Amino acid sequence: MSSRRLFAAASALWLVLWLPPIRGVLESDMALHMAVQVPLLISLGILLAATCRHEPRWLAEADWLGIPGIVAVMLGTSFWMLPRALDQAVSDPRIDLVKFLSLPLLVGMPLGVSWRRMPPLGRAFIWANFIPKLGAIGGLYLGAPTRLCAYYRLDQQELAGWTLIAVSVALAITWFVAAFVGWTPGAVKQHTALRDASAA
Amino acid sequence: MTRGFPILLALVLSIGITALAFETDGFRVVTSAGARQLSVERAPPTLPDARLVDQNGMPFTLSAYRGRAVLVDFIYTRCPTICGLLGDDLAHVLRLVEAKRSSEPIDLLSISFDPRNDDRKALRLYGERFGAEAPRWRIAAPIDAQELAGLLQSFGVIVIADGIGGFIHNDAVYVVDARGRLARILDPDAPAQLVAATLQVVAQ
Repeated sequence: MSSRRLFAAASALWLVLWLPPIRGVLESDMALHMAVQVPLLISLGILLAATCRHEPRWLAEADWLGIPGIVAVMLGTSFWMLPRALDQAVSDPRIDLVKFLSLPLLVGMPLGVSWRRMPPLGRAFIWANFIPKLGAIGGLYLGAPTRLCAYYRLDQQELAGWTLIAVSVALAITWFVAAFVGWTPGAVKQHTALRDASAA
Repeated sequence: MTRGFPILLALVLSIGITALAFETDGFRVVTSAGARQLSVERAPPTLPDARLVDQNGMPFTLSAYRGRAVLVDFIYTRCPTICGLLGDDLAHVLRLVEAKRSSEPIDLLSISFDPRNDDRKALRLYGERFGAEAPRWRIAAPIDAQELAGLLQSFGVIVIADGIGGFIHNDAVYVVDARGRLARILDPDAPAQLVAATLQVVAQ
């Protein structure tokens, strides 16, 4: 798809997500808010990053190995995981607009741009860090005796906890398969051949 | 690596950490309830006057409590969960305060946010459940929706639907000091600390 089309698609999706009925539904439930709306907004930014073909040279050089970019991603996602930030996004449209701008532009775009520059072990480190963190936050939500968000019920908090744990387990299985077996039957054969070649 | 790298990294870190520090009040709170508790303690907001009616049908205003401390909770009488516990907690607090023979008796005020169901009879029955007698412990309803909205706003009470016809709301006891300011937001599950913090407000 051309850059222009990608950009148009990302903008259209942004507008659809911002429409009050859609926004209302996705923010009426904690699990939908955290596990659907927030990842979609980040994905939008990744899409936008794919449309930028000509990155300024100073940025490509300053974003050494993708480190500043991935640090921005980690700080931005931590911010929008704070129960207080979720509450404010639900109750105040201005804060919600900050979320709608910061997640694509300050989290999704750096992720899309910097990921390409990261060494494979760096990417593995980020996944290995992110997957247990997600599960641990899910566990915290399940274990909390009181409500963390003023705008969400305890049962919604529990569902959000289970959802985060489910996503974390699904990602862990995916990466286990990807790292040990590979996705195509050919990958296993290739791996075996490489091993035999190095043994010989 | 270029000279731009440390600059960009420092920029990202300083903006990100400043935002996180701001949102958590210096890494002390992660919830909006926690943030509100902290801000009330730091700068007690003055509460606007509000007109209410108690379980005996007697009208009164919030400013009638000026000169003495009052513990406030927000309830709805059909509440199957926390309001019952809140009532028990307040009754417990009242006994603890009386046992201390504090020179300044503390009043209690339970405010209903469910005008549709909480008529005078419902308020009276709720009061009888916990041995509440006006004026020492008023079970009251704001006179109209506007007064109710103002009260919820100024105390910082957030009420949401529980999905089965009832409500879910903050599980908290509010201490209003003698000058009519919201001085503390306390956890009702710890009556001893609640009494200690209340007496501290009274002594100020």
